[in-house]
Amino acid sequence: MNSETLNTLDNYSKNKYKYGFVTDIDNEKPKKGLNEDTIKFISFKKNEPEWMLDWRLKAFSKWKKMKEPKWANLNFPEIDYQDIYYYSAPKGFDKKPKDLSEVDPKLIETYNKLGIPLEEQKVLAGVAVDVVFDSVSVATTYKGELEKLGIIFCSIGEAIQKHPHLIKKYLGSVIPAGDHSFSALNSAVFTDGSFVYIPEGVKCPMELSTYFRINAENTGQFERTLIIADKGSYVSYLEGCTAPKRDDNQLHAANVELIALEDAEIKYSTVQNWYPGDEDGKGGIYNFVTKRGLCAGKNSKISWTQVETGSAITWKYPSCILKGDNSIGEFYSVAITNNFQQADTGTKMTHIGKNTKSKIISKGISLGKSQNTYRGEVSFLRKADRARNYTQCDSLLVGNKCGAHTVPYIDSKNNTAVIEHEASTSKINEDQLYYCRQRGLSHEEAVSLIVNGFCKQVLQELPMEFAVEAQKLVSISLEGSVG
Amino acid sequence: MFLEIKDLSVKIENKNILKNLNLNINKGEVHAIMGPNGSGKSTLANVLAGKEDYEILNGKINFKENNLFDLNIEERAQEGMFLAFQYPVEIPGVNITPFLHSAINSKRKRMKEEEIDNLSFAKLLKSKASDLGINIDMLKRSVNTGFSGGEKKRYEILQMSILNPDLAILDETDSGLDIDALKIVTDGVNKLKTKDNSFLIITHYQKLLDYIKPDYVHVMVNGSIVKSGSSEIAAEIENDGFQKFQ
Repeated sequence: MNSETLNTLDNYSKNKYKYGFVTDIDNEKPKKGLNEDTIKFISFKKNEPEWMLDWRLKAFSKWKKMKEPKWANLNFPEIDYQDIYYYSAPKGFDKKPKDLSEVDPKLIETYNKLGIPLEEQKVLAGVAVDVVFDSVSVATTYKGELEKLGIIFCSIGEAIQKHPHLIKKYLGSVIPAGDHSFSALNSAVFTDGSFVYIPEGVKCPMELSTYFRINAENTGQFERTLIIADKGSYVSYLEGCTAPKRDDNQLHAANVELIALEDAEIKYSTVQNWYPGDEDGKGGIYNFVTKRGLCAGKNSKISWTQVETGSAITWKYPSCILKGDNSIGEFYSVAITNNFQQADTGTKMTHIGKNTKSKIISKGISLGKSQNTYRGEVSFLRKADRARNYTQCDSLLVGNKCGAHTVPYIDSKNNTAVIEHEASTSKINEDQLYYCRQRGLSHEEAVSLIVNGFCKQVLQELPMEFAVEAQKLVSISLEGSVG
Repeated sequence: MFLEIKDLSVKIENKNILKNLNLNINKGEVHAIMGPNGSGKSTLANVLAGKEDYEILNGKINFKENNLFDLNIEERAQEGMFLAFQYPVEIPGVNITPFLHSAINSKRKRMKEEEIDNLSFAKLLKSKASDLGINIDMLKRSVNTGFSGGEKKRYEILQMSILNPDLAILDETDSGLDIDALKIVTDGVNKLKTKDNSFLIITHYQKLLDYIKPDYVHVMVNGSIVKSGSSEIAAEIENDGFQKFQ
């Protein structure tokens, strides 16, 4: 690697995080720490029915007996669960505001700064957004139009109140509370998140989107998202996230459950841009996320696309349980790590039904002193006749102090299964950089172009409205001068 | 003087490649450099383009009033230097349209010219491609990815015609081309040639010079130019090889 490349890389690591501002707003919190009182406080604040509180407390008692999963290729100090606030809401948020006139202008300003306007005349065309600030949902756009089609798109808190039959039936049905410690923790203390129900035969005409923002200090964010696509329906959903720059690490442990019934399709996209910490590895979000989709019905399809650029630690494996015959699971991932970031991410495809198909495309890019691991498990159960999987994992190393790792597990109990696996690891190519620069592109432009090209297979899976944003985000994650 | 190379000596990994090389090129001239393998022709092309693997021992290069060594690779390109590569590298996932669009605009920025918008650029690219007999489908593919040798070379000439350089260096562009491809490539060069730009054509074979008429031919052996003259030298080489120059 020549000196100029190293210089540019050095600039990259002085990465500026553009969403690192703090909104100065009074907030209401319970005492720090986790115990039954904390959970009762949350449940009370959310005005929840008793069955919900019981559900939470059961999860909590499971959590107390569990240890964090340790198999990931991640290094971090012990998390002190008693040193975290489990709920934080802007003051006066006991009830969700009816309209924006009731929302603190500081909050609206925050989202304007993040590029998510909430005012009616400015809302993103063709995208309905639910915005979650710390522990509460602030606003949901386009709600009325969706209601006309029978689509329910609201905060999970609201769904618990208004649609208890759906919540009781599906919440925890894909990720049981006792699955592992982070799912138990989330089930006990989840605060807000989105709920989506698409009725039979309805194709949701717009992108649904949730924007998560952590603002308060020492606060964990535990969101819960539940999406149900009834028979023959279709929905495309996107989540985005940012957090202020802080020296302390903050915990984010979300659970996302998807259920696709017969002939239904769910497309779930994530652009994760939590604060990654500074160039010395100080601060940043610990992102321990459980995402799982159940292809419950025949011919159903669930497709995960993720662009992971933020967080100090990412621990995340969006998975598909392919239970319905002919169902399809897909996972497209770009994970970029810089400085001291660590990512251990991948997927799990569980083939249960006949003729089920899964496809995994993973692109890892490591810069600085970061560590980037793909971890995936593909399993075929006994009845999964003629099931197929295709896996492709490519890693790109930029610089010589970072690491890329690929850990695929394959388990087949059915000998008609077909499995294809391709993996590659490469360094950013000096000849490619020379070629681009000879055409007049700067060194930074050239790196950005080559990395974007490397990720193209995944980025093109994003909804069009966000593909351009994601490309920019990829470039920003590499650049030094955005601020 | 447009390009002036004076007493240039260059080494790479303790090996002296160029030895006190001198070469002057004026505006509007076409120069050809011929020489056996390993004589330093490609090194000269890469040193001009600014590739960083080389150590300059002595000498200087002036290009359009600039000391060339003060400019990095992209600045040289933006100043109007273009290198058609001998082995164009594949860049998977990168489409030529945004690639060349960024390239042309970075040049325009440096020249303080107005940037060209998406639509006008797409039109320009299409019309240049059809001039060169390049299939529009090829423009949808990633840069050089999965191209045949001939396609890559045509693609280089397409890029050259879009960027419209003041000095184009063609590094063995003819190698690996059949006659039809060679004709497309050389037609492209001839179309682009004006009284205001210059070409430096590096070749191993005389055949290319049947299609492009150079004003000067230089014979390069062992890191220096040992003979310069008119295109008749090329015919001499064709008949007798490089032996008598060594």
